[in-house]
Amino acid sequence: MERLKPPPVRRIAVEREPQVVAPTASPNGTSTPQPSASARMRARRPPVGSVRERMRIESVWLAYGENWVVRDVSLPVRQGEVLGLIGASGSGKTTLLRSLNRLTEVTAGAAQGGQITLDGEEIHGLEVNALRRRVSMVFQQPNPFPMSIFDNVAYALAEQSPPRGRRRRRSAELEHAVNDALRRAGLYEEVAGDLDRSALKLSGGQQQRLCIARALAAQPEVLLLDEPCSALDPISTATIEELIVGLRESVAIVIVTHNLQQAFRVADHVAFMHLGELIEYGPAEQVFDRPAQQRTREYIGGAFG
Amino acid sequence: MSTAAPELRSPPAGLSVRRPPRQSIASWPLLDRAGYLLCWATGIALCLIAVGIVLYMLIKGISYLRPSLLLESPAPSLQQSKAGGFLDPIEGTFLLTAVAIAIAAPIGVALATWLSEYGQSSRLARAVESAVEIIAGTPSVVLAIFGLLVFSQSFLGFLSQNAADGAVTGQSFLTAGAIMALLALPLIVGAAREGLAQIPDRTREASHALGKTRATTIRHVLLPSIRPNIAEGVVLGMGRVIGDTAIVIILLGGTLKTESESGTPILGLLRGTGSTLTNYVYYNSPAGEGNAHEKAYAAAFVLLMIVLALNFAVTRISGGRGRRVDRTGGSWWRLAGAQGLIRRPQPAAGPES
Repeated sequence: MERLKPPPVRRIAVEREPQVVAPTASPNGTSTPQPSASARMRARRPPVGSVRERMRIESVWLAYGENWVVRDVSLPVRQGEVLGLIGASGSGKTTLLRSLNRLTEVTAGAAQGGQITLDGEEIHGLEVNALRRRVSMVFQQPNPFPMSIFDNVAYALAEQSPPRGRRRRRSAELEHAVNDALRRAGLYEEVAGDLDRSALKLSGGQQQRLCIARALAAQPEVLLLDEPCSALDPISTATIEELIVGLRESVAIVIVTHNLQQAFRVADHVAFMHLGELIEYGPAEQVFDRPAQQRTREYIGGAFG
Repeated sequence: MSTAAPELRSPPAGLSVRRPPRQSIASWPLLDRAGYLLCWATGIALCLIAVGIVLYMLIKGISYLRPSLLLESPAPSLQQSKAGGFLDPIEGTFLLTAVAIAIAAPIGVALATWLSEYGQSSRLARAVESAVEIIAGTPSVVLAIFGLLVFSQSFLGFLSQNAADGAVTGQSFLTAGAIMALLALPLIVGAAREGLAQIPDRTREASHALGKTRATTIRHVLLPSIRPNIAEGVVLGMGRVIGDTAIVIILLGGTLKTESESGTPILGLLRGTGSTLTNYVYYNSPAGEGNAHEKAYAAAFVLLMIVLALNFAVTRISGGRGRRVDRTGGSWWRLAGAQGLIRRPQPAAGPES
């Protein structure tokens, strides 16, 4: 396991790529050719405004039954930046993400050690549904409810029971809140004409943005994204990535992704997990360009090239 | 997303188009061909039988059906011209069905919800499933006898018509409806469970992730989306209730007219006895004692029309089986598949990374 080397074929691929992009950059570049590649892909501004910590994961252990899938992970979750969780399948990223709003508890046999706090409060001390309204989640597959676009968002807005009835009985307040959530998710312009349309008639990318709108409706403090683009085409993916970067000012974002380039494009800090352990955590540039750990280097080198 | 596609070209006029030849069974082995033809013949035969029933009843029924038959109550008379129509059995059919469904639908939906959403692994749920299966398999005449046994207990006398000497007969629309509900119940439970099983777990999970309780999820997400399934179950159940005779004879009294128990109007009617079209047909058929087969045919025709209308309703409400997948989120999946971005759909319940 320790002496795993990336296969030579992939090495060649990594070295060849920058030559295509910037052939003149190689003579004076003494380090690995990755920085120039990353500079090309990382076309977004650094976070502006204050960055403050919303959640803290402290020596968290998570298990399903006797099977420990997250081992002693500590991470901060900050508003104003995007935290990317990367790692191979089975590394515990999704489980860690789900534990942040206690969605792991839905699975029988889930156990947790360590502490997760939201604004200094231990999340197990909070009422679970109140917590999930503050820390909401978007899943890998778009999962709109089989109802209208409006009702999808209105359902999320209400504490438990959404307001009943058709358009005539919708209050201006509710309408405003729904439109606002759709606008934040960048979906409003596309669907404004007919909010009574079934949400299932939307395209995959629109459905996923509706799910983000739904997750944003209750004004959460933290937004968890579990591979939100893996079922989408590149154009929808780009739209959603832009959206994620735009949202980080108002809500703390954690994103799990298998797509390293995506992690690189959207995340400000990146945590690399392997077999349940946190291997490396740091600013995205540092993790991708100058990984401190051998395993990070192997993972990024292998999958990046 | 940019949905505005550029102007698409049509194929040029001279393009030679190759289409696969129509598949012929001539090349099949003899046995396969024989089997194929047998299937084909069976299908045709069934169609013919169905058309035959409808046509025969249509001709017989229309030739004997008079508007007066639908509007007059039956009367005990040996002369057919004075024996009246079958207004009361029609009323009885609808009333009994309404009572049965009013009992079966809420219980059935509740049972299905509990079985699917709460009781997945409990031993009690397995027991309930078996119980529902047993009820579904019990002949209705056995249920009727059992119902008579139960409802003729004196402490349940308020449900049924009482004889002059105060004896509890156990016969009324309420008691017959309650036992009829047992006929409809398995169908409603089955249809509702099927609907719930079609809803992917990620829909439930999405609701939980929004901070909704299980109860809220069921009430506002799951039940609204299985409404067509419930409707389907209800109509199938209604079909069973309308078609049953044994329970009507044993528990509804099978009286010629709808006879209300004295007292409050509506409760009195429900506690009264009566009959339905099925047992009117039976009594007036050549096999029965009424021996007025013209009326039997006319009544059978009306019965058939009611059942066909229900079948039509079921098809309309559920909108065909194939389309139902869409309601539960199949559309995006097909879309993703069409774009070649196939990832295996995984049940969202388990931890996955």
